[in-house]
Amino acid sequence: MSMVSADYSIIFSPPQRDAIASALRQLLPEDCILLKKEDLGPYSCDGLSVYRQLPLAAVLPKTVEQVQAVVRYCHQQTIPIVPRGSGTGLSGGALPHHQGILLNLGRLNKILDIDIDARSCRVQPGVRNLAVSDAVRPQGLYYAPDPSSQIACTIGGNIAENSGGVHCLKYGLTVHNVMQIKLVLANGELATIGSGALDAPGYDLLALVTGSEGLLGIVVEATLKLLPVPEHAQVLMAAFDDVVKAGNAVGDVIAAGIIPAGMEMMDHMAIGAAEDFVNAGYPKEAQALLLCELDGTREEVEDGISQVKALMMSAGASTLRVSEDNQQRSRLWAGRKAAFPAIGRISPDYYCMDGTIPRNQLPHVLSRMQELSAHYGLRVANVFHAGDGNLHPLILFDANKSGELQKAEQFGSDILQMCIEAGGTITGEHGVGMEKLNNMCSQFAPAELEQFHAVKQAFDPNHILNPGKAVPTLHRCAEFGAMHVHEGKLPFPDLPRF
Amino acid sequence: MSSDQTDKLKTRILDALENNHPVKIVGGNSKAFLGRKPVSDNEINTRVHNGIISYEPGELTLTARSGTPLKEIEAVLTDHNQMLAFEPPHFGDGATLGGTIACNLSGPRRPYSGAARDFVLGTRIINGKGEVLRFGGEVIKNVAGYDVSRLMTGAMGTLGLILDVSLKVLPRPETEITRSFEFKPGEAIAQMNAWAGQSLPVSATCFYDGRLYLRLSGSKSATLSAAQRMGGEPVLNPDRFWIDLREHSLPFFESDRLLWRFSLPGITEPLSASDAPMLIEWGGSQRWCFSSLPPAEIHQMLESVGGHATQFRHHNGISEVYHPLKPVIKLLHRNLKNAFDPNNILNPGQQYLEI
Repeated sequence: MSMVSADYSIIFSPPQRDAIASALRQLLPEDCILLKKEDLGPYSCDGLSVYRQLPLAAVLPKTVEQVQAVVRYCHQQTIPIVPRGSGTGLSGGALPHHQGILLNLGRLNKILDIDIDARSCRVQPGVRNLAVSDAVRPQGLYYAPDPSSQIACTIGGNIAENSGGVHCLKYGLTVHNVMQIKLVLANGELATIGSGALDAPGYDLLALVTGSEGLLGIVVEATLKLLPVPEHAQVLMAAFDDVVKAGNAVGDVIAAGIIPAGMEMMDHMAIGAAEDFVNAGYPKEAQALLLCELDGTREEVEDGISQVKALMMSAGASTLRVSEDNQQRSRLWAGRKAAFPAIGRISPDYYCMDGTIPRNQLPHVLSRMQELSAHYGLRVANVFHAGDGNLHPLILFDANKSGELQKAEQFGSDILQMCIEAGGTITGEHGVGMEKLNNMCSQFAPAELEQFHAVKQAFDPNHILNPGKAVPTLHRCAEFGAMHVHEGKLPFPDLPRF
Repeated sequence: MSSDQTDKLKTRILDALENNHPVKIVGGNSKAFLGRKPVSDNEINTRVHNGIISYEPGELTLTARSGTPLKEIEAVLTDHNQMLAFEPPHFGDGATLGGTIACNLSGPRRPYSGAARDFVLGTRIINGKGEVLRFGGEVIKNVAGYDVSRLMTGAMGTLGLILDVSLKVLPRPETEITRSFEFKPGEAIAQMNAWAGQSLPVSATCFYDGRLYLRLSGSKSATLSAAQRMGGEPVLNPDRFWIDLREHSLPFFESDRLLWRFSLPGITEPLSASDAPMLIEWGGSQRWCFSSLPPAEIHQMLESVGGHATQFRHHNGISEVYHPLKPVIKLLHRNLKNAFDPNNILNPGQQYLEI
C-alpha cells in the first residue's frame, strides 16, 4: 500500500503492553479495557479504511473521571492517545497509534440536560449528532450542523473536525453552534472553555479547539446551541445542460441577496448514479443539477422560491421542479443524500476528496479535473456544496487492480493541489488527519507549520494527544518535496505541470 | 488610496524585538478605552497599511488590510447591497477593520447573526517573532490547520499584529421593521427569549427605559406578517435608534461612572448590581450597567449565573479590567502568548496583566 505513513515528531518508548494492561486495570473496570487482537480489530481504522493500524490497547471509559485517569497515566508515561467517536471520519484522524491507546468515547453517550428556554443542551461527546435534533424536535428546536454521517457521527467527533453539512452556508459550522465545552487537557486536568453566554473572557479557545482534530484536548462535554425549526422549507431542483451555467446560477441566487439553507450541485456522473439508485426524479441527461433549499417563515420561503425560480430560468435551466410538500422535498434530497453509496454501486471502490474553492473557479477546476481523469484513466464524479465552494470529487477505482489505488491517491492529491492554486483549501470539512499531511506542506509555509506546532506545544508539551496527525513536521515536508503555493502562485508559474 | 505596508510593519516588529522595546499597536484609536492602559509608547500604527484587497459579492467574501477604515468597507458593501452582519460598533470616526477584529466587538445583530469571530475566514498576521504568517483563507469552509484566525479575533493584538482579514459578508435584508412594547425588565427578558425560540425574522432586541425594542429583518412579506402578529408600536427613526445603541450614544450611556458589560446566559433573571437601571440587549445576553459595587462582588455575581463581566468604560486601566480567568485557563493563555510572542513585545498587558 502506498498510503503515507504516520508523522511522528517525537519517538515514543511506551511501557510494554503487559505493563500498560496492568496499569489500566488500576484505573478502569475490566469491561472498559480491550487488549486482544480480535477485540481491537474494529478500531483499526475510521471511515478512511485504506489506513489500518492496531493500537496497543483500547479503553472505553464510562465517566469523565475515568477519561482523566487514563490521560493522566498516558501523560506520565508518554503514551500516545487517539480519541475516537464513532469512527466515521474520512481523513484517518482516528487511526490508532501502534504504540498508543485508543480512547473510545462512545460510552459517554448521554444527553445531560436540555434547556428549552435557553435553547441549548448539554451533551456527552458520544451522543450522535442526529440524536440531539431528535431529542429536541418535540419542542420545536434542532441542532443545525448536519454532516451527512449524522445518523452515526458523534458530537465529540464533530467538534474535533469542525464538521459542516449541507446547511452550513446559512447556519454555520460546528464552531458557530457550540457554546461551551469541557476539555480534558493533556495532563488530565479538566478545563471549561467557552460559556453559557455568547462569549467568554480572554482568547477564543473554543474556536481554537474546535477543529483541532483531537490534538489539543479531549472533549468530554459540550453545550450546543439549538435553533427553532423553521416554519417552512421548500427545495427547488434545477437541471442544466452545462456546469458553467449551473455555477453561474448559484452566483445569481447569492447576488440577489438570497442565502439558501442548502445549495447542492451534482455533476452528470453523480446524477446518473443517484437516479439509478433511488429514483429521485433527476433528469439523467443533465450535465449539472442544483438543489436549492430555502427555509424560514412561509412568506419568506414562498417569495424566495419564486425569485430563485426566475433566476434559474434566466440562467438557462432545462428542467425545474419545486417541492410541494415534505414528502416531495425528501424525495428530491434522497438522491443527493445517497450520492456516495450510489457511486459505490458503479465502482468497486471510490476515494472521496474534500477541497474548497472560490465558486467562480468551478468551471476551471472541473475542466481541469476531466483532464486529470483522462490522464489517470480513472472516472470522477462530483458532488458539491455549491453555496460555500466545498467540492467532493469521488474518484472511482478498483483496489484489486494493481496500481489503481496509488493512481487514485495521486489523482486526489493533484486535485487538492489544484484547489490551493485556485485560491481554496485542501479540506473544507473532512480534516487533515493522516490523509492530507503532505498537502499541508503545500498550503502552509514552514513558519506557519511551526506556529501550529507551537500551539500544540502550548496544550500538549509531551505530544501524547493524537500525535503525528493534522500538522506535518517540517522534516516530512522536506522529504515530500512539496512546493508551497505562495498566495496562490506557484514558484516558476510558466513551467508546465502535470 | 491603498497601500501594502507589510514590510514596513514587519521591520518595526523586528526592531522592537532587537531593542526589546514592546510595541503598542494602534489603528484608528477609536477603542483606546478598552482594556488596560498600554505599557509602551512605541506605537505602530496600522492605518498606513490599508485598502480592500479583494471583494467578491457573489462569493460573499471580502479581504482588506487592517488599516482600512471600517466606514470604507461598509460603504463598498452597501453599494453591493451587502453588509457586515455582526454590525460592528465603530466607537469613533477612524475605526479600522484591524481594531474591530482585534477587539471582537459586535452590535445589536450579534445573537441572531453571529459575532465578529463568526465571520472571520482568514488572517495574515505578524507574530511576535516578526514572521508574516497566513491562516485560514478566503473560502467559507476550511478546516486545514488550527483556527488561528479566530484566535486572533478578540486577542487585542497580544498574539499578532493583524495585517489582513478575510470576512464572510451577507446580503442586506430587504426590509427592516422596528416595534416597541411596554414591559417590566423580567418580562422583557422572558419575551426576548420566547421570540428567539420561534421561527421569526428577529434581528435585534433591546430593553431600555421600560420599553422593549424589537427589530425584524428579512423579506418584505415576512417582516410585515411577523410585525402584524407581534403587535407593538412603531418607533420614530428606528435606524437611528439601533445605531445609537450600537455606538453607545443613547442617553443611557451618558455618564462618567464605571460602565460594566455583563455577558451572561440570555434567560438570566434581572440582576441587582446597581441602583441604576440596566440596558439589556442581545436577547438578554448582553447587559450594561453603571455600578460602584466592588469588582470582586460583580465577578462573583456573574459567575454564579454562568456569565462574565468587563469594565468597559471609565475604568482606571491599571488593575485588571476583564473577568479573571480560572487558573487552568490562565495557564493556557500564558502558553499561547509564549507560542506567538515569546519575547512579550506585542501589546503586553493590554488585555490581562500577564499576557
